[in-house]
Amino acid sequence: MLEREKDIAELSVKIEDLRKFAQDKKTDFSAEIKVLEAKLAKMKAEVIVNLSPMDKLTLSRMIERPTALDYIERIFEGFIELHGDRKFRDDPSIVGGIARLGDLPVTIIGQQKGRNTKENVRRNFGMPNPEGFRKALRLMKQAEKFRRPVICFIDPPGADPGLGAEERGQGEAIARNLMELVGLRTPIISIVIGEGGSGGALALSVADEIWMLEHSVYAILSPEGFASILWKDASRAKEAAQLMKITAQDLKEMGLIDRILPEPPGGAHKDLDGMAKIIKESLLQVPFKTMSEKIAEVVDQRYNKYRKIGAYLEC
Amino acid sequence: MFKIKQIFKKPRYLVLEQNKLQATQGEENDPPSIPNGLWKKCVGCGETIYNKELCQHNKVCISCGHHYRLNAGERIELIMDTGTFKGINSHLTSVNPLAFNGYDHKLTASKDRTELSEAVVTGYGKIHGKDTVLAVMDSNFMMGSMGSVVGEKIARTFEFATSKQMPVIIFTASGGARMQEGMFSLMQMAKTSAAIARYDKAGGLYITVLTDPTTGGVTASFAMLGDIILAEPGALIGFAGKRVGEQTIKQKLPEGFQTAEFLLEHGFIDKIVARNHLKLTLSRLLKLHN
Repeated sequence: MLEREKDIAELSVKIEDLRKFAQDKKTDFSAEIKVLEAKLAKMKAEVIVNLSPMDKLTLSRMIERPTALDYIERIFEGFIELHGDRKFRDDPSIVGGIARLGDLPVTIIGQQKGRNTKENVRRNFGMPNPEGFRKALRLMKQAEKFRRPVICFIDPPGADPGLGAEERGQGEAIARNLMELVGLRTPIISIVIGEGGSGGALALSVADEIWMLEHSVYAILSPEGFASILWKDASRAKEAAQLMKITAQDLKEMGLIDRILPEPPGGAHKDLDGMAKIIKESLLQVPFKTMSEKIAEVVDQRYNKYRKIGAYLEC
Repeated sequence: MFKIKQIFKKPRYLVLEQNKLQATQGEENDPPSIPNGLWKKCVGCGETIYNKELCQHNKVCISCGHHYRLNAGERIELIMDTGTFKGINSHLTSVNPLAFNGYDHKLTASKDRTELSEAVVTGYGKIHGKDTVLAVMDSNFMMGSMGSVVGEKIARTFEFATSKQMPVIIFTASGGARMQEGMFSLMQMAKTSAAIARYDKAGGLYITVLTDPTTGGVTASFAMLGDIILAEPGALIGFAGKRVGEQTIKQKLPEGFQTAEFLLEHGFIDKIVARNHLKLTLSRLLKLHN
């Protein structure tokens, strides 16, 4: 919950208390209550306006924030989930499969956080292991074979940093995806729906277009990690978030993402159907068929987009 | 053998030490100790080793074989035929895209200290007469971290090699992405991998040599994409920092975790090669890919 949402909840309680107090004491506080209610309405209207980067980070991580599967079932028809990397096991932190977008068969990959604690444990809090990236790559190569566009939903705090991940080559898995995706001969659209964290997000977002939901973030590292690396003080995360340029708006300005999808009033979690509709309509506008027909050109453009990224001087 | 014998001739070293002491006796507050930089205690075996001797052995401890880090210049001298190396793209310099406080200063200090323009030196030359394109990272320059310039130089290395039809050898040494450049830095992972994909398609040979340390965004991009991946003994190689792993996952990590030997065992590198065999191994590999 955001700081401001806490304030709103607190104020609602206070108003209710005042109302009760007025009733008990048989005193008229209606003028005061009216003023407070007006204030409350104003706060509610502004809750999602002018969010700081840290607010957006909090919002993107909220348990109420819709997850990949929430969108997949609302946007696509007839989703069939396909499991496993054919090498080690199935990674529940990444879901993948085939469905229809309108009448077009597509491959969908989603980084899946849990919608409650129990599911979060099963889904490893959305942190993929190497087998997750390898499953995603397998399904994307399959999409290439059958000429299906690929749509990715990005939402990991980061790639899993544990022992098992290292044993099974987390670095290699991410690197392989980067190298393969840039040349994949089918259109790819990646949409950051919540928290795009580090290499774990990048490994599924080498795409023709990267979109971000209005209040989502995409960062080189969590601001907590950033602060602890650079200042040896994880508690300075808020300051780090401010500096790191992690919001959709900052990244669009720097030319690192292609499009921002507006969220419904109050954020995606306040109106999941509305958010899904916005994503679906945007996806339906993508000329997938034309892109597939001139895929060589599309792959060239994708290459050039990544080849050009960088800020440096030549002197 | 001659040099091993020298170790036991301690009296000779003591004479050296006293000379040095006498030379510095005029200065006040100078503690009467062994002068700095002449001796060091090996982090591998704890033996006291003579610095000059360490340098004569390419910074490999003669007692336990511990491989100390080399800077880019030392590495090029070790690997390339004398006088054949020519640098390219050393004119690229970093900017401060996020206006991050202190980054400019850090860059200047690193440049002054290392006399390098960035954390990677790229160029071409000969190894036992075989032409090769080379990129050598230097962990003394902001921990060899990858920002826009490192990414760009690596990408250009592969483009240069494609145009000259030459193989590429990269010596990695990096703490990972350069945090101060934010998302520009992360995107260099995609950029370098993209350049490798093109070079790969054109049929070029790419050999990586992972040296201590190779972690983070460099491991998760060009370090792991070699046709052949070699590593130096004992090198730290991994994706996540050890502390990150221990704190986030709350797992106790085993002995030898994230070493070259650990990666060899788990099938992620082809071969561990001791430093004094490295040039020969590389030249043999190059000759097998004519």
